[in-house]
Amino acid sequence: MKRGLATVGLALAVAALAGAVLIWFIGESPLEVYGVLLENTWGSSYGIGQVLFKATPLIFTGLAVAVAFKVGLFNIGAEGQLALGSFVTAVCGALLPRAFPGPLAVLVCVAAGMAAGAALAGLAGALKVRYGAHEVINTIMLNFIVSALILWAGNAHFFVKYTTHTRTIIEGATLRHLGFPGSPANTSLLFALAFAGAVAYFFARTRRGFEWRAVGLSRRAAENGGVNVAAAVIGAMALSGALAGAVGANYVLGYKRYYEGGIGGGVGFMGIAVALLGRNHPAGIVAAALLLGTLSHGGLAISSLVPKELVEILQAVIILTVAGASAYRGGFGRRRAAAATTPAPAAAPAAREDADG
Amino acid sequence: MAELWSTLLSLAFLSQVLRITMPYALAAMGGVVSERSGVVNIALEGILLMGAFGAAYGADASGGSIAIALRDGVAAGVATAALYGLAVVTFQADQIVSGVAINMLAYGVTPYLLKALYNSSSNSPTIEGFGGHLFDNPVFWLALLVMAAVHVVVNHTRWGLRVRAVGEHPEAAHTLGVSVNGVRWQAVLASGALAGLGGAWLALSGSGFVAEMSAGRGYIALAAVIMGSWRPLWACAACLLFGFAEALEVNLQLSNLGIPNEITQTFPYVLTMITLAGFIGRSRPPAKLGQPYSAR
Amino acid sequence: MSAGAEAPEPAPRPAPALELRHVHKTYGAVAANRDVNLRVERQSVHAVVGENGAGKSTLMKIAYGHASADAGEIWIKGERVPRHSVGEAIRRGVGMVHQHFMLVGTLTVVENVVLGREPRRRGLLDLPRAIAELRALSKKFGLEVDPEARVEDLSVGQQQRVEILKVLWRGCDVLILDEPSAVLTPGEVRDLFEVLRGLVRDGMTVVLITHKLDEVLAIATRVSVMRRGALVAEYDAEGLTAEQIVHAMIGRDVELSVAKAPSAAGETRLALRGVHLTSARGTPAVRGVDLEVRAGEIVGIAGVEGNGQTELIEAIVGLRAVDRGTISLDGVDVTRASVRQRYEAGLAHVPEDRHDRALVLPYDIRDNLILGQQRDFVRASRVGRALDLLDRARMKARAEQQIAEFDIRPPNPAQVVAGMSGGNQQKVVVARELSRRAPKVLLCAQPTRGVDVGAIEAIHRRMLEARDRGLAVLLLSAELSELRTLSDRVAVLYKGAVVATLGAEELAADDALERIGALMTGAATSAGAAPGPAAPGPAAPNEEASS
Repeated sequence: MKRGLATVGLALAVAALAGAVLIWFIGESPLEVYGVLLENTWGSSYGIGQVLFKATPLIFTGLAVAVAFKVGLFNIGAEGQLALGSFVTAVCGALLPRAFPGPLAVLVCVAAGMAAGAALAGLAGALKVRYGAHEVINTIMLNFIVSALILWAGNAHFFVKYTTHTRTIIEGATLRHLGFPGSPANTSLLFALAFAGAVAYFFARTRRGFEWRAVGLSRRAAENGGVNVAAAVIGAMALSGALAGAVGANYVLGYKRYYEGGIGGGVGFMGIAVALLGRNHPAGIVAAALLLGTLSHGGLAISSLVPKELVEILQAVIILTVAGASAYRGGFGRRRAAAATTPAPAAAPAAREDADG
Repeated sequence: MAELWSTLLSLAFLSQVLRITMPYALAAMGGVVSERSGVVNIALEGILLMGAFGAAYGADASGGSIAIALRDGVAAGVATAALYGLAVVTFQADQIVSGVAINMLAYGVTPYLLKALYNSSSNSPTIEGFGGHLFDNPVFWLALLVMAAVHVVVNHTRWGLRVRAVGEHPEAAHTLGVSVNGVRWQAVLASGALAGLGGAWLALSGSGFVAEMSAGRGYIALAAVIMGSWRPLWACAACLLFGFAEALEVNLQLSNLGIPNEITQTFPYVLTMITLAGFIGRSRPPAKLGQPYSAR
Repeated sequence: MSAGAEAPEPAPRPAPALELRHVHKTYGAVAANRDVNLRVERQSVHAVVGENGAGKSTLMKIAYGHASADAGEIWIKGERVPRHSVGEAIRRGVGMVHQHFMLVGTLTVVENVVLGREPRRRGLLDLPRAIAELRALSKKFGLEVDPEARVEDLSVGQQQRVEILKVLWRGCDVLILDEPSAVLTPGEVRDLFEVLRGLVRDGMTVVLITHKLDEVLAIATRVSVMRRGALVAEYDAEGLTAEQIVHAMIGRDVELSVAKAPSAAGETRLALRGVHLTSARGTPAVRGVDLEVRAGEIVGIAGVEGNGQTELIEAIVGLRAVDRGTISLDGVDVTRASVRQRYEAGLAHVPEDRHDRALVLPYDIRDNLILGQQRDFVRASRVGRALDLLDRARMKARAEQQIAEFDIRPPNPAQVVAGMSGGNQQKVVVARELSRRAPKVLLCAQPTRGVDVGAIEAIHRRMLEARDRGLAVLLLSAELSELRTLSDRVAVLYKGAVVATLGAEELAADDALERIGALMTGAATSAGAAPGPAAPGPAAPNEEASS
């Protein structure tokens, strides 16, 4: 635990330093930029609302990546899964009859989006189980394929003429705002927190959670322990995709009220940083999502001074540092040998082999 | 339809396929070298992108010198690979996670630099690329030579033997005095140079750098490496298949056959998934692929 | 590149070939070597003996520069090596053959040999030259092997020759061998010793790490004994007895055999009929094995590694698909059943490699003790079952009870098993498997590999108790003496087929080990070893290899 916090601290420090260099490179003052960033996020109730609004989808995608990590899988397709999920949520919300009862409409729309995300990620899981095809390549390929297919389906059927967005959802499916003036932060945040709690409980307390963790830590021991590894892999990918697919609740039901292209804006990839920074633990993920949500909104606030891609760069630096710091043993000890087909998440505890004469 | 067929059978189409294949094949060569040494290289995508940016920068700064563009593309690739090597070889970080992070970094750094240097969010200033006919382009022949050289180096040289040994059984190599992480570092840097060259080709065969122009090619090249069983020439052959698919996509879009453009765009990606499902398991990866090595 | 066979110097007191002074090494909390001083004279065969885990391999890895000492000095031929490394060792003429061969399976013999010191011609590898040199070396020392064969296609014995050729080709004159006989049959061991004697006559120095006393007495000129990381005794081999060495190794006199009542075998619990299996590499691994294990007996399986025994166990557990044939458990056909269904039908399984299949190393003792039985620990309440919740109180109670019963250390249910000694890890596995709800068949693969003496005795006792309780026990072991001591019958596997089954009387015979060894290499046919009286049926290789 202590080591984990130290790793996170180190990652943040390295990222802050790298950011400072990049800011200085374009001739701005790092301190001033960081100051503006803070002021525009936690300095006003609008700012706080925006941070929460940005953090909500990050909790979903962070959980998505973490669930896969826990089972020894790497889902980098959250971007595609959330796009498909949001699209399906929006289409569902637009197709429901106007009189459909409110809370139920929300549930139906979110469930539809989650099912779509689950199917997409589950496909990558099935390909891995059946053919051994690596989920990293396949989920990335699916990202490209899905964005093209949504465009095709939208143009052919679902987009409002001469636009790239769908029709507006029915009134009943709309989520309420949380009451930060001017900010679309909405009740989907509560969904996200509930999911975080459920995921934590699932892994800590249930029999299936016990089995899935075992698959992630030692696939062969789990197999020998009577765990259906194929089902665990497909199931974990599907759950991961479902969590990513729930992002539509925030953007579609709680903000835009329709789907439009580019809705994710990199949130799927940011989920990786959130999961690593949160050490794959739901509570950590919520904290990490708030942090990166701050960066994300803050990045917009400082975009007049610094290109907003700074945020992406900092995330990458955070991921690299966490991955490096959690594996590095200063030359002593050995990492658990992870099979090439099951990337052990960098944050997984490293096991020490006993000394043998 | 007939028109399409005559297009596909023309020399122009062949040269189009070859031109499109080049960045795939060069990146795949990088993938082969790195992966044979035991280092997974998901970072090819980012290296390609950085290489493309480096080349565009070099061409712009030198007033259109292809040689300087190539040099800077390779340098950018090597620099990116060095960061990757630092993470995965020296610090033994998870190779997949780090590779993805390098790719995110490249996707962030390139637009950042575009804005900082050229005040544009989408592309570099127009540069004079290769132009002319593919077969008159010396860089094309140079690239072919490089690919042949990778084949010879991997299979018939001292360094190649060490690379192969280190990916398969690093401890055995270590017990004979071979520096495992030294060889892996070299392999990662070499893969950076190769994929950087591939990125340079990408920029120079168009009219400069365009944001996100690698468009998943690094991942596809990795699939080609797997299809080619980690052998240089077979990986090149696999890349030809992807080059063909992409060229076909372009021609289908122009041919108005009634297939929506959005659908044809997915061809290379769908093909990648299909081939990946078909070829994995039939080819054996280097035994220690993805596993960091540290002596006790 | 000559075969380093320089004539020994006639100097009156040549410096020792290898000398270690005050070597210290710790792994985590475990001291692998404690203040070790070792002097290896030139042209001697110096045996370093000790139990598993005594620190022999670590010491030799340090001598070879493959592991670094925390403190201490290494001297080679009278010169101190200030910054030791493998390269340094080879340069100074020290070579090592590791217990787990350091060979790259996908490369050829010659590529393995030249690795790290490759001859070149015009920038490219000059393999023809190395091949010629290898052929000459092979001939000179009787180490026959095809330089152009792929190493993974060679037999274990041939692979060992490649390892020795690697050392000779580098011109080394000090050869360290770590447990060279662990994977060899008695006949192959004799051949190896013949080669070693020839090398020593030629001027070489041999350091032999082993825990097999008969070998020590057969070939060593000097013997050092290690116990718990320290060097505790040193002898001239002349006139030394096995009892003296054992006493030094273990620190007390021990009964080397286990008292065992004759078996009262009941009905058949495990039956394999014409089982055919394919290995992970896609080659046939098991060809038509028939095997029966009855309640109240221990059936041993002998075989050189790679003759199908691992695959056989995997197939019984359900981890490997059966190509042809049937497997039945307690009369029920389970050939297509899942792993879980087989456990529920009464199977218990101590896997071959505890780090690979048996334990989730980052899990604690409590969690590892229920792995494979997690469904039995779901809360009984309706809510518990609906939500699939684990009963943590029951898990903890079970852990505490088994920790006490099996003397697992440290006695803390929350201890992560990765940080435990090999013996205690193995106790966790054995405890878990023996406490399944209603076990009928117990598979034990290498149950005492890498386990300290005390734990070995405990595990053996438990296995016999299980047998006497009426379990059918199938024991797979590379230690022939273990097989002989525990088994009521021993089936010998060779190239995926049972070539002979030895009954109690044959196992009691003086030459039993020799005979098993010969069968394991295919040197003797099943005709030479008629099935013993307890054998359930004809066990000859009844299928064509090409089937």
